[in-house]
Amino acid sequence: MDLNTLWFILIAVLYLGFFLLEGFDFGVGILLPFLGKTDAKRRVLINAIGPHWDGNEVWLLTAGGATFAAFPDWYATLFSGFYLPLFLLLLALILRGVAFEFRSKDENPRWRAAWDWSIFIGSVLPALLLGVAFANLAKGVPIDSVMNYSGGFFNLLNPYALLGGIAAVLTFALHGAIFLSLKTNGELLESARSAARRLWLPVVVVLLIFLAATYLYTDILTKLGVNPGPVPIAGAAAILLAGYFIRRKREGLAFAMTAVTISGAIITLFMILFPRVMISSIDPAFSLTIYNASSSDYTLRIMTIVALVFVPIVLLYQGWSYWVFRKRLTEDVETLTY
Amino acid sequence: MDPLLLARLQFAVTTVYHFFFVPLTLGLSILVALMETIYVRTGQEIYKQMAKFWGKLFLINFAMGVVTGIVQEFQFGMNWSEYSRFVGDIFGAPLAIEALLAFFLESTFLGLWIFGWEKLSKGLHAATIWMVAIGANISALWILIANSFMQQPVGYALQNGRAEMVDFVALVLNPNIWVQFPHTVLAGFTTAAFFVMGICAYHILRKKNLLFFQRSFQIAAIFGTFAIVLVILNGHSQAQHMVESQPMKMAAAEALWETESPASFSLLTIGDLSQRREVFSIRLPRLLSLLAYNSLDGAVSGLYDLQTQYLETYGAGDYIPPVAFVYWSFRMMVGAGFAMLALAGYALFMVMAGVFVNRPIILKFFTWAILLPYLANTAGWIMTEMGRAPWVVFGLMRLEDAVSPTVTGGMVLTTLIVFTLVYGVLMAADIYLLSKYARAGVPDDGEAPDEFPASGELTFAAAQE
Repeated sequence: MDLNTLWFILIAVLYLGFFLLEGFDFGVGILLPFLGKTDAKRRVLINAIGPHWDGNEVWLLTAGGATFAAFPDWYATLFSGFYLPLFLLLLALILRGVAFEFRSKDENPRWRAAWDWSIFIGSVLPALLLGVAFANLAKGVPIDSVMNYSGGFFNLLNPYALLGGIAAVLTFALHGAIFLSLKTNGELLESARSAARRLWLPVVVVLLIFLAATYLYTDILTKLGVNPGPVPIAGAAAILLAGYFIRRKREGLAFAMTAVTISGAIITLFMILFPRVMISSIDPAFSLTIYNASSSDYTLRIMTIVALVFVPIVLLYQGWSYWVFRKRLTEDVETLTY
Repeated sequence: MDPLLLARLQFAVTTVYHFFFVPLTLGLSILVALMETIYVRTGQEIYKQMAKFWGKLFLINFAMGVVTGIVQEFQFGMNWSEYSRFVGDIFGAPLAIEALLAFFLESTFLGLWIFGWEKLSKGLHAATIWMVAIGANISALWILIANSFMQQPVGYALQNGRAEMVDFVALVLNPNIWVQFPHTVLAGFTTAAFFVMGICAYHILRKKNLLFFQRSFQIAAIFGTFAIVLVILNGHSQAQHMVESQPMKMAAAEALWETESPASFSLLTIGDLSQRREVFSIRLPRLLSLLAYNSLDGAVSGLYDLQTQYLETYGAGDYIPPVAFVYWSFRMMVGAGFAMLALAGYALFMVMAGVFVNRPIILKFFTWAILLPYLANTAGWIMTEMGRAPWVVFGLMRLEDAVSPTVTGGMVLTTLIVFTLVYGVLMAADIYLLSKYARAGVPDDGEAPDEFPASGELTFAAAQE
C-alpha cells in the first residue's frame, strides 16, 4: 500500500472518529428541546456530554488539518468550493461551543433559553450540512479542469444531498438518544429510551431510501457492484439489530449497533470515492484523486511518522476520559457542573 | 467589491479577534496550574479557591478562543485556496500536527479538569490543568512554525509548481521561530499577569477578600515581571532578526525612507503617504543602529533603497508595505510594553513593601492597565502581518496570487458582515460574564484567615492591619 492510500484511509478514520463521537453529542443537542423539559433536565443533558464534546470536535479539526497536509488540493477545492455551507457550519459550531460554557453561568431564563437554542441549532445545522457535504462528495460536483469548483451554493442543495443531510440528523439523534439512555437515570432515562424507540423506524426508512438513492445518484454500482460487500450490508444489518436491542433495553449493544451503522455509512462513502477524493461531474478526468491532489512523498512520510506515534496516545487519553466519566448522571443539580 | 481586499479584511477581523483570547489562555492556564499545584503541595484551601476562581475566568475566555480558532483552520482553504495549493505541502503539516498534538490534549484534559474535581485525586487533577497549559502552549509553537514559514521560508524547494517540503527539521528550526515563539508566549504570560493584577486591584481597593486577592496579586506580579522583562529583551532580539530577514518591515516600522549610517531612531514621524516622504520627524541619533546591531555604527536600509533592491531581485512591483500602519502599530506595541514594564516593576515593589491599600489611584490604574497587553498583542500582530505585505509568503508568493479564484466579493462581504455581527454579540456576552464573575469575588469564608500563620511570606498582607 502506498502512502497516498494510507493517508486516504487515515483521513477516513479521522472523519469516522468525528462522526462516531460528535455524532452522539450532536444527537444530544438535537434532542435538547424535546427531552429537556425543565432547566434541571436540560442541565443533565448538557452535562452528559460536557466533558467530551470539545475533544470530540477536535476530530473534525484534525481531519481538516490532515486533509490540508496530505492532500492540499483537496483541502483547497473543497473548502473554497463549499464556501457558504462551511461558513454556516463555522457559525453553528461557534455558537454551540460558546453556549456550553456560557449557558449555566447566568440564572436569567432568557439568557439560558438563548444559549439552549444555540446548542440546538448548533447541533442540527452541522449534522445537516455535513450530511449534505458528504452526499455531494459521493455524488460528484462540478469541478473544472484546474481543480476549481464551478457550481454555486444551490448546486449543493440537490435532493440526494438533502436526503443525506436528513439521514445524518436522524441517525445522530438516535445515536444521541441511546447515548443518553446509557448516561441518565429516572424520568430522563425513560424519555431517552422512548425517544430512541420512536426515532428508530424513521431512521431505518430514511437510511434505506438513502441507500437506494445512492445506487441512483452515485457510481456505487460500477465501484462496488449490485452486492456492495460486507461493509454496507453490516451497516444496514446493524441498524435493524439496534431496534431489537432498544426494545430489549440493552442500550450498550444498541449503541454499538448505531456505531456500526455510522461506520458502515462512512466507510462505504470512502469506498465509493477511492481513489478519488472529489468527483468531477463535468468530466471524470477532472476529478481530484489521492495522486493528483496529494502532497509530496516526503511530506506524507513525515506525517505518517507523526500520526503513527500520536494517534494511539490520543486514543488512550480520550478513552481514559470516557472511563473517568462513565457513571450515570442524576437530576440533583448540586452535582452538575454546567 | 475587491475580493482580495475583503479577504484580507476578513482575515484581519477574525485573526485579531481570535488573538484577543489566545494570549490569556496561554498565560492563565499556567497561573491556574501553579495555584492548584501550590494547593496540592501545601493543602491550603485558599489556593484551591484561587484555582477555581481564576479557573472560571479562564474557562469563559478559553471557550471563545477555541471556537474562533476553528475559523482559522478553515479560512486558508475557504478564502486563500491558491495559497493552500501553493504551500499546502509544507504549511499543512504544522497545522495538522497542531491539531493532533495540541488540540486533543487541551480539549480532553480541560474536560477532565472542569468535571473531575470530585472524581480525580488532588495530584491527578492538578496534572490535568498542566496538560491543558502544555497543550495550549504547544499549539502556539506549531501555529507559529507555520507563520514563521510565511515570514522566512525555509526547508522548501520550488518544484511541481509549488513550494514542497524538503527538510522538516529546517522548518521546525526556522531561525524566526526562536525569536517569535518566546515573544508570543511570554506576551501571553504578561497578559495573564496584568489580567489577574487588574482584577485583584479592583477588589483590594474595595477591601474585599483581601488576603485572597493580595496573594493572587503577589503571584501575578512575580510572574508578570519575569514575563515582561523577557518579552522586551526578546523583542530586541526579534528586531535584530528582522533587520536581517525582513529589512523592509524594519524600515517601515521606523518610517525610514532613506538609508542611514549610523541610523537614528524615530520618536515621532509624520509622513506624507501619497508622496511617500517624511514631513516632520524627531529622531534620536544612532539609537536604531544600536538596537539593530548592538553598536553605535552600522547602516540600516531605508524603504527606497530596499525597493530598488527588490525590483532587481523579484521584478516589477511595489514592495513597500503600508508604512503608517506598520509604523504606528510598532509604536503602540513598544509603548504599551514599556508601560507594562514600569507597572510590573511597581507591582513587584508593592508586593515586597506591602503598601497596597494606601494607593487607590495606582490600584485603579492597574485595573485599567488590563487593556495594555491587549493593545500590545494586537498591534504586534498587525505590524508583523502588514509589514510583510505585499507578500503572503515572503519572497515566494504575493497576496493577490493567494486568494480563492472562485469565491466572489459578494460571498466574502456577506460572511465578513455576519462574522463581525456575531463576533460583536459574543464579545458583549464574554465581557458581561467575565466582569460578572470577576466582580463577584469569592465567598468571604474563603479567606479563612485563622488558618494562615503570619509567616514572612505574608508580611505584606499583615502590614495593612
